[in-house]
Parts: sequence; C-alpha cells; structure tokens
Amino acid sequence: MKIVVAIKQVPARNSLLKVDESAKWIDDTDLSWEINEPDAYALEAGLQLREAAAGEVVVLCAGPDRATQTIREALAKGADRAIHIETDETAADPLALAHAMANALEAEKPDIVLTGLQSDDLGYGQTGVILAEVMGYAHATLVMRIEIIADGIRVKRELEDGWFQHVEMPLPAVLTIQSGAAKLRYATLMGIKKAKSKEIRSIAAGSPAAAPSVLLERIYLPQKSKRSQIFEGTPQETAAQLVEKLRFEARVI
Amino acid sequence: MSGILAILEQREGKLHGMSLEALAAAQQLAAELSQPVYAVVMGKNIQVLAATTATHKLTKVHELEHDLLGEYTADGYTIALKQLIALHHPSFVLFPHTYQVRDFAPGLAASFGHVLVSDVIGHRIENGVLVLVRQLFQGKMNSDVRFAGDAPWFASIQAGAFRAENALKGEAPAPVEVMTPTIEPTQIRTKPLERFRESQPAVDLGAAERIVSVGRGIREAENIALVEQLAKAMGAELAASRPICDNGWLPMERQVGSSGQTVAPKLYVAVGISGAIQHLVGMKGSKTIVAINKDPEAPIFEVADYGIVGDLFQIVPAIIEALKK
Repeated sequence: MKIVVAIKQVPARNSLLKVDESAKWIDDTDLSWEINEPDAYALEAGLQLREAAAGEVVVLCAGPDRATQTIREALAKGADRAIHIETDETAADPLALAHAMANALEAEKPDIVLTGLQSDDLGYGQTGVILAEVMGYAHATLVMRIEIIADGIRVKRELEDGWFQHVEMPLPAVLTIQSGAAKLRYATLMGIKKAKSKEIRSIAAGSPAAAPSVLLERIYLPQKSKRSQIFEGTPQETAAQLVEKLRFEARVI
Repeated sequence: MSGILAILEQREGKLHGMSLEALAAAQQLAAELSQPVYAVVMGKNIQVLAATTATHKLTKVHELEHDLLGEYTADGYTIALKQLIALHHPSFVLFPHTYQVRDFAPGLAASFGHVLVSDVIGHRIENGVLVLVRQLFQGKMNSDVRFAGDAPWFASIQAGAFRAENALKGEAPAPVEVMTPTIEPTQIRTKPLERFRESQPAVDLGAAERIVSVGRGIREAENIALVEQLAKAMGAELAASRPICDNGWLPMERQVGSSGQTVAPKLYVAVGISGAIQHLVGMKGSKTIVAINKDPEAPIFEVADYGIVGDLFQIVPAIIEALKK
C-alpha cells in the first residue's frame, strides 16, 4: 500500500507573531518552525497503517528551503522518502496548494493520502478535501481510526457533540486525520541517522493553474472584543485583585 | 442571476443550531448588498422543514428532495448542490461552519474553481464589495479577505458570528420550490454506517454555574490537581480544552469547545488556555471570563473580562489562598 502523508511547516506554537511590512503576512525572520501539529497526527496514522498493512509512507510537503528540516524530522520518525514541492508562496490558498500537490502525486498513484484536519497558520481546514476533489478520490474528514476491509477501508469519523460514525469507502482515498487520535512517536537516534540517507525529491511548484479566487488583503492583530481588566503585580497582589472583583464587581463567587 | 443562498443543515427534519445563524447572515448581507435571499434545505421527506423555513423573510426556499440525500454523504450533497447552483447562479453561497460543511463544502467550491472562505467571523462592505474577516494562526491574527474571479463565491460562518435570533420572519410564507436532483447510487462512493456515542456524558457542563477550565499550559497530568483545587475553592466544575482530553488527563466529557460541549456559565476561568478558536466557540457566551496565561498575546485575553499574565503555577495557588480570606 502506498501511503502519502501531506505535511506543512508552520511557526512553532509559542511564537510571538508580528505583521510584516506588506501587512499581508507575518514577519518570519526570527521564527522557529515545526510540523503543523494536526499533520503530525496524520504522519502517525500513516506510520501505523504501514505497520498494519505493509507498504511505504511518502511524505509530501510544499514550502521554502527551511521546510526540509521538517521533512527530515518526518523521515526520522519513519517515513520512507519525501517529495518537497519548492515554493516561497507561504500564504498560498488551499486550492492552489491542492493543485500543486495533485501534480506532484500524478506519477505516484497513492492508495491513501493522509493529512491533518487543518493548518495552524492559515487554518482553512480544506486542503485534504480539495485534494480529493482535484484527484477524483473519495474522502473522509476528522478520521480517528482506519481499518482495511475487503473492498477498501472503514474509518471512524468524529461528528459533533460526542457522536461518531463509521464510514466505508473504496480506495484510493484522501483522509484528514483528527488530532489526538493516537499518541505521537518520537524519532529514535537510529531513525535520525537513517533519515540522512533517505530520498527527498525536490520539484518546482510550477505556476498556479488559475488566478486565485480569494485575495488575502491584510492581516492584523485582532481587536479586543471586550475591555479586559488586566491585573498587575506579584502573584499574591493579582490574585487578591481578581478575587475582590469576582466577589464585588462581577458577583459570581 | 444574483442572490444569496444560505445552505441550512438538518438532521431528521430538525435544523442544526447554527443553520439559523447562516440564515441571519444571508439576510443581513442581502439587505446590505440589495440582493434577494434564498434558503436551501436538503434531505428526504423534508416538506415540513421546508415549510417552517419558509416562515422566514426569504425570497424563496429551495427544497432538494432525494432518497439518496436521506443520509449525509459528501458525494450526494456535492452533486445535488452543484445542480442547484448551476441552475440559479447565485452570487454568494453561505454555510454554517459545521463539521458536516467542512466535509463537503471545500470540494463543492473547488468544483467551481473557487476556495471556500471558511470560518468567517465578521464582514463589511467597502465600496459595494464584500470583505470577510477570518482568523489565522489559531486566533492570534485576523485577516481581511476578498473574493476574486466570477461568482458564485462560497463562505462558511463561524458559530456565534451572527445571532440566530436575528433571523427575520416574513410577513407571509416564502414560496417553496422543490427540486429533485439527478443522483445515481453509483455516484455515492462512501457508505455511512450507524452513528454512535462511546459513553453517555456523566457531567453536564452546560448546567454548571461556574467552570474552571485547564489547557496545555498545565504541562503535566500531575499538575491538574492544582486546577482541581481551584475549581473546588470556587465551587466550580472542572473542564478542559481539547489537548488535555486527547492526552487522557481528563475524560472527553469534560471538554469545552467545538468538538466538546458548549457552555455559558456565570463564571468561566481559563487556566493555561491560549484560546484557539475551537475552544472560544465553546465558551465565549460565558457571563464573566477570567484568563490566566503566560502569553500576553494569547487570544483568550480578547474575550476575557479579567486577566492575569504570568506563571499559572504561582498565580493559581495565590488565588486559592485569596479565596480563603
């Protein structure tokens, strides 16, 4: 079984973000980067699927040069090889990205493509579904578990309000994986060593097939919707102020 | 043609709670852009729902009826809506940003060569052009987005961005137009099985007057006890953001957010929760919100009434002490 896991590199979760001079994206000069957390769960699901069904796990990642670090980390965790779509367009919309990914996968003909349910940067939560549409694959979102059955797969999907549903579908398919569905593995020392000699095939993103259908005009820090009172001082002082306000202003304790 | 199409979500003939929010959004945009507004209900035997939907102030209700729309599938919904949109050429197609919409609407928009502008939190009209606001970086940034190219354009509306009670009723029922889309059984590739729950929730967070909720900032399972003490001291139920429940540190039934429970207590204390949008939609209706977080830029402070920026491991014990006085 050929399993492709599409991953993205995003700013580390605790990054302090600043808007750049164009006001169209963040200033990414001094940031540290990591795998988009939902994609880490997709990678884990891919590695577990390979353990259950045999085959190979191919990592697919679009991004600038720095993305190779995240790709190496995925290889160190156990992916077999990688395809790097080279692009400096870090705020590409999900349709353009899905087209670039579909082009990269044309010769690969994967049985399953896995990706995270959304990215922590743009957060459109769509790339997987659009990729399925572009490639003509069946798909399911918010997948918690994958089982191989006689004529395809059976997945457990998360619905709202604590409900779940099993869905059966043929292969090939694209699945977006719900975060937290499995425990993430760490790269072993042996894995890190082996990753150095694994193949990363770089391909150019090419020019987008069509003009973008959405334009990101401007990004900015959100304005506070409420006037918050922020207490200052030592922990004891701030705690005392808070308790006073909760008792006598908000009257909730 | 023009017009704004609101795609309402239903199950077993009942509207999803966010459907009327999408309808309110469509009505408001229609008024601002001087366009007609339509609602779409789809399923099997949903005449009654179509009739109740038609009591709203709408130009028309489109009822999509088909046996193969009885149970949701991405293929069935996409095929049916493609046909409706191709027939009526609306300018805008609006959805509530539900889990189900996330499953099919991006593919539907892509089939028209477009991107669904998902999870919209606000809008404005600039020189007659619609500008949508959505969040980036887990709520740390906002962005203004405009549509390009030709209609139809697609957007989904975040929970709470528009209010269901603002959905206007009409003076007379709107006409209902029934359409039977052409769908072949072989076009439906997925086979949905029974829906199920893993356990009956034992705690009803929705009924709690006070909630103390814990997030990633707590770092270790052993540290949860500290927040539990705070909850006890405040007479509050203990809750958590998703990562805590994913790690198994607290049961899933205590999770607040879009994949857990939606709560609106008198007091909500968020400890070490950054406030990603998935969490905020589950608690921002709370009357008084307290945020304790080391990151002053954390989005949780945007909805907080009271905030303390600092180390929760020093602040929480100090609050427990202060409550004794």
